[in-house]
Amino acid sequence: MAKADFEVPELQQYPEIPAVEPGVMAHSSPFKSKPQFQADLGFPGELVDDWQKKALDKMGDLLSRYRSLRVYLDSCVKCGSCTDKCHYYLGTHDPKNMPVGRQDLMRKVYRRHFTLAGRLFPKLVGAEDLTEEVLGDWYSYYHQCSQCRRCSVFCPYGIDTAEISMAAREIMDHIGVGQKYCNEIIGKVYKIGNNLGLPGPALADTLEGLEEDVFDDTGVEVKYPLDQEGAEILLVTPSADFFAEPHVDGLIGYGKVFHEAGVSWTLSSHASEAANFGMFIGSYENMRRVALRIREAAIKLGVKRIVFGECGHAWRVAYSFLNTLAGPWDFLDQRYPIPQHICEFTYGLIQEGKLNLDKSRNDDMVLTYHDSCNVARASRMGDRPGGQFDIPRAIIRATCNHFYDMDEETIRDRTFCCGGGGGLLTDDLMEVRVKGAQPRVEALNNVIQEKGVTHMAAICAICKSQFTKVLPYYGMDLDQIVSVHQLVSNALVLTGEETEDEDEAADEAA
Amino acid sequence: MSFLSDVYAGLFYFAAFVLVAGLTNKVIQYARTPAPLKIPTTPAPTTKTGVALRLTREVVFFESLFRGSKWTWIFGWMFHFGLFLVTLRHLRYFLEPVPMPIQLIQPFGIYGGIAMVIGLAGLWGRRFLVDRVRYITALSDHLILALLITIGLSGLMMRFVVHTDIMRVKQFFQGLYVGQVYTLPADPLLLLHLLLVAVLMIIFPYSKLLHAPGLFFSPSRNQVDNPREQRHLAPWARRLEQD
Repeated sequence: MAKADFEVPELQQYPEIPAVEPGVMAHSSPFKSKPQFQADLGFPGELVDDWQKKALDKMGDLLSRYRSLRVYLDSCVKCGSCTDKCHYYLGTHDPKNMPVGRQDLMRKVYRRHFTLAGRLFPKLVGAEDLTEEVLGDWYSYYHQCSQCRRCSVFCPYGIDTAEISMAAREIMDHIGVGQKYCNEIIGKVYKIGNNLGLPGPALADTLEGLEEDVFDDTGVEVKYPLDQEGAEILLVTPSADFFAEPHVDGLIGYGKVFHEAGVSWTLSSHASEAANFGMFIGSYENMRRVALRIREAAIKLGVKRIVFGECGHAWRVAYSFLNTLAGPWDFLDQRYPIPQHICEFTYGLIQEGKLNLDKSRNDDMVLTYHDSCNVARASRMGDRPGGQFDIPRAIIRATCNHFYDMDEETIRDRTFCCGGGGGLLTDDLMEVRVKGAQPRVEALNNVIQEKGVTHMAAICAICKSQFTKVLPYYGMDLDQIVSVHQLVSNALVLTGEETEDEDEAADEAA
Repeated sequence: MSFLSDVYAGLFYFAAFVLVAGLTNKVIQYARTPAPLKIPTTPAPTTKTGVALRLTREVVFFESLFRGSKWTWIFGWMFHFGLFLVTLRHLRYFLEPVPMPIQLIQPFGIYGGIAMVIGLAGLWGRRFLVDRVRYITALSDHLILALLITIGLSGLMMRFVVHTDIMRVKQFFQGLYVGQVYTLPADPLLLLHLLLVAVLMIIFPYSKLLHAPGLFFSPSRNQVDNPREQRHLAPWARRLEQD
């Protein structure tokens, strides 16, 4: 079990709604961004003079540009429906981690400066000035939100705390109070092409290594091409897929699927990252700049289709925003969805019977599936609403014999975030990450106890990294989290592959 | 009494103006503010008809609240549906002749009044009993509940205990349509009831009561899930592309 200098929540058989413990997470805040990282994104390097006024100006600007922010700040009636829905509240018990508690940190400033009632009767309506203390709360608690949208499912007006967190981070960036993790990473994407700062030659090396591994395993020459002009498909995948476990097993799976489909495909060193942390910091301009790399790569390589690898918020930006940010995509093949999710691609092949899948190859595992929050509540797969739940499950069922869902209350659009999304996947936020994972790990633990589940599959790079890190705090193994395309990779019998079964059969025949 | 009637006449002209102008102003503000990104909470409808149905379910049945909190849903729905019936019943004071459906609804309006008060009491109770809800409650939340429940109770009192001369009340409001002030009955309960209704009308556009128009403008509920099929671009975002 991993060591913690904080109390790791206990897992219960039945979920409990904790009593409020005000202020218990006030100490949690991420490292502040350095001036050089701020400058790369066009933000001031440190807290500006006259920051209150500049923050309020920015808030006014956002209120005039985002209907969501304006309507959400006005509409809350404090009904309490969201109060027990956030995994960070359930795991930390801090009432400022209740969605409405988090929203109110901004709403009280909004009321004070942008509404008549708050200007005239601040005490009456809970309006407050933007003081240094309030700014401190913003920095702390708007970095305890993973923008997973679970609250928005249960709100009678659909108020989405993610929109408010994003706006708060955008305002703070504009007065020079940025978060190191997100802003440094976005800078790396601009300079090198991906979040992890892997340069082109390192990528080429890694991919060559993968080709060798797959050849050794299967005897089939599966290619993992980079910057191949004229390929049909551009694959955009999170950079963690290039080397992190279990991510890389997923990438191996994508390559095998493309190989079997007989399509040409390529990765791009210019757009070697599906993630778009511009969304986490609520910056339309930065999100657009990151997204445009994909357009540039698609044009340069002359591809006809774009497929995204397994990544949660990246799929949100791809599915919901890419057409807005970097479209129109009139130069791509309009017969296919633009962009397409790798699960949609694989599912299509399974439907057509083009993949030879041997489920028994995954018999060493009993699987469950974690719906990644941004895929579940902010995107879709396939033609029908809810395809984002059904398609990955159909792939798992086609590749494994043993699959059980977790409790209904914790899957599909009610899924719990892994606890590491939204720009929180950094070691300086380990306490909130571990505590925030509690509701998901609790549901996982229950299917482990009741159904003998051994592994949980996911389609998000952040989920995979987060669980690898936090499961050991709960006494579980870090390798209990797997990629969906890792299961595909295991089960897929490649054309021309020499399998052990066939060897045995041949032996028996002889 | 005519002085008091003049005051009430002025009050209701003012309240009606604030309600209509304030709400119109807000609705225009919401409508004019762009929603730059597609953010429906998914799974979401893929057609406009589907969105209309989703919003209808939210308005009529409080679908999301039902999934979120059963107790709040029961009390909240009782209150709102009760208020709806009460409002229909009250139309008889404002319309002449009284349309047949409004005549038929009259007894249900009384049940509605009772349901409304019970619902409000339940909602108020949660603000004391549930620690999470207590934490998020501001003074204004209590005051709005007090206002609504007093309106409901004073109305029920006039129906069941101390009647007022309802024909003269109707005459008063009919008179306001043509700028003529008739004398209101000088019943304290009636005057309280009417005063609080005017206050409610005045605070409506400046308080959380904005949730009513807000729901229709909530992008997570009113957007069609079709971002891959149709490019969605806000005017200010289009300008970025021209740089």
